[in-house]
Amino acid sequence: MYGLGIAKAMAITLKNLVLPSRLFTVHQYPDRKIGLLGMAKRAETNPITYIMKNPLEAAKSLVGLVSVEDRLPQHPRFRGEEFTWYEQRCTGCASCAKYCPLGIIRIVTEPSGDFVSEGDKYAIEVFDIDIGRCMFCGLCVEACPYDALHMGSGFEEGRYSRSELIIDVDRLRSAPKRPSTWFRPQFEAIGYDPRSDGEIDWHEAGRHQKPTVPELEDRWSNR
Amino acid sequence: MCSQVTTAVIEFSGFLISVHPEQLNFCGIYRVFETLLPEGWQWLAFGLGAFSLAFFVVNSLIAVGAIYTWFERRAIGRFQSRLGPNRWGPFGLLQPLADILKLITKEDTTPSVADRPVFALAPIILLVPAFMVFAVIPFGDQTFLGRLNIGVLFIVGVTGINTFGILMGGWGSRNKYAILGAMRGVAMLISYEVPMALAIAGVVVLGGSLSLLQIVGAQHVPFILVQPLGFLVFMTAASAEMSRAPFDMIEAESELGAGYHTEYSGIKFAIFQLGEFMAPLVTAAIATVLFLGGTRGWDPVPGPVWFVAKAFAVVFFLLWVRTTWPRLRVDQIMGFAWKGLFPLALLNIFFVAIEVVVFQDADTGMLIDGSLWWMAVTNWILTVVSIIVLANVLGQSRLKPSTPVPSQLANMGAEAD
Repeated sequence: MYGLGIAKAMAITLKNLVLPSRLFTVHQYPDRKIGLLGMAKRAETNPITYIMKNPLEAAKSLVGLVSVEDRLPQHPRFRGEEFTWYEQRCTGCASCAKYCPLGIIRIVTEPSGDFVSEGDKYAIEVFDIDIGRCMFCGLCVEACPYDALHMGSGFEEGRYSRSELIIDVDRLRSAPKRPSTWFRPQFEAIGYDPRSDGEIDWHEAGRHQKPTVPELEDRWSNR
Repeated sequence: MCSQVTTAVIEFSGFLISVHPEQLNFCGIYRVFETLLPEGWQWLAFGLGAFSLAFFVVNSLIAVGAIYTWFERRAIGRFQSRLGPNRWGPFGLLQPLADILKLITKEDTTPSVADRPVFALAPIILLVPAFMVFAVIPFGDQTFLGRLNIGVLFIVGVTGINTFGILMGGWGSRNKYAILGAMRGVAMLISYEVPMALAIAGVVVLGGSLSLLQIVGAQHVPFILVQPLGFLVFMTAASAEMSRAPFDMIEAESELGAGYHTEYSGIKFAIFQLGEFMAPLVTAAIATVLFLGGTRGWDPVPGPVWFVAKAFAVVFFLLWVRTTWPRLRVDQIMGFAWKGLFPLALLNIFFVAIEVVVFQDADTGMLIDGSLWWMAVTNWILTVVSIIVLANVLGQSRLKPSTPVPSQLANMGAEAD
């Protein structure tokens, strides 16, 4: 029978229009408009109670003015931008700059102050990472002998010019310390998730447990 | 003109202003200007009245077209499990404004080898017929501008003009994709004019007049029920006329870039887009008048509301068809016009003419309601039968899948081993 296929196709598209369960295979990013039902679900009440409690918010959600942040689900090992850097751990050895296959890391150090002695570390003057050319291979992170540099977990780096894509040392210092757990088994051991958990201190970022004072004394002075 | 005494649209008395919406036609506005201007300046009142009415109509149509672009994109998004524009304003309602602003501020480029006057005129020639059609559409008991007694002829003639716009756009661009799209588009548009005009001729035979008001008045039973075959042919031909999917050969994105408006940008492109989005509204208005009974409806709801509701239903149907069906091939489209729709339109006009001769009152030449219902029953049966017969004559053998012939090379690998 002719025309049956046409009718079937039109029924399918009509189903898409009418049935809410078939909606939106497309994910909306970075935030999502939610209606009254969604608002009530988030507040863990039923819609009527929600309208009674916050009539203004309910009206706004009915007109479609309320949007909530909607993050893409992501693995903690995701290799993102915004490198996390712990200045306290960094010695300025520039291993990362040497191992970078694209040569996009630039480090300039100077001896820290007047009292330089053997084993003292260097102060970092310049630490530029040009993530506009970075391919996020993570070799710099693998190369870091003191676990000072980690991959970040962000990916929203839309900018208007390439020069804004260079991460400098001030930005590395002030950025929130949420390292990706890629190549860092110590984070995975404690089940750290950069998306949901808080910041991690530099003490905990090391590959080994921080030795206690008696252990240090046993190792260095009591022999 | 306007000889009968009508109260002015707006009466000024002190600071009080009273508006008479029932007088919001040309005569009412003309009265307003006539009372304001001194004696002997009627020509200016005439011009101002005509201009202000046309200004009002054109701008409201542009506003409706802008809102319609939003509606179409949102609805198609939902049809296809997408979202559509929803970022700018509540539900994305300000999206048309953003689009217009973007297109206006963009650079209006012209190719250096373009035929400049033709290139510049093409968008206007495409857009103007869409507005001109609304001059004769009866939205209420009266039309906006012209009380034409040959409204059907006017519509058929005016909607044919947009063929020129497309051909001029394609020719003026001096671009191979543009001229290819324009040429095959023009071939398609001219082919589909024929069944569309024949389907409208069926309505004229049934309504007994070329005036749109009288056709609406004759529809005691909506003509979609009386001649379903004519409606089918008209809607198919009309959706080809506005060159939307499944007949969007003119700007087939996957084949021609953007077709006839490949080289356009800025405000000219905006006008092309507006003309394209006005087309379904025009078609819906014409189909409502000719086949769905125009402003006729049941009593508590006023006529214009009925008109808008019916037109919206037609627009929604066109949208639904557009979002569902894939684009046809060029030869399929042309074959469908001449081998499918043309005979069906001829059959329709043949049936309707015979029935009108049989059923009409011998003295007055009028059709009564009962005979219209009888014609409806007969025509539904005839429609189904003729479509099935035509489908079997045209397509049965060709639609059969050919038996696959095994390739000579199929077993070569096995033999080598």
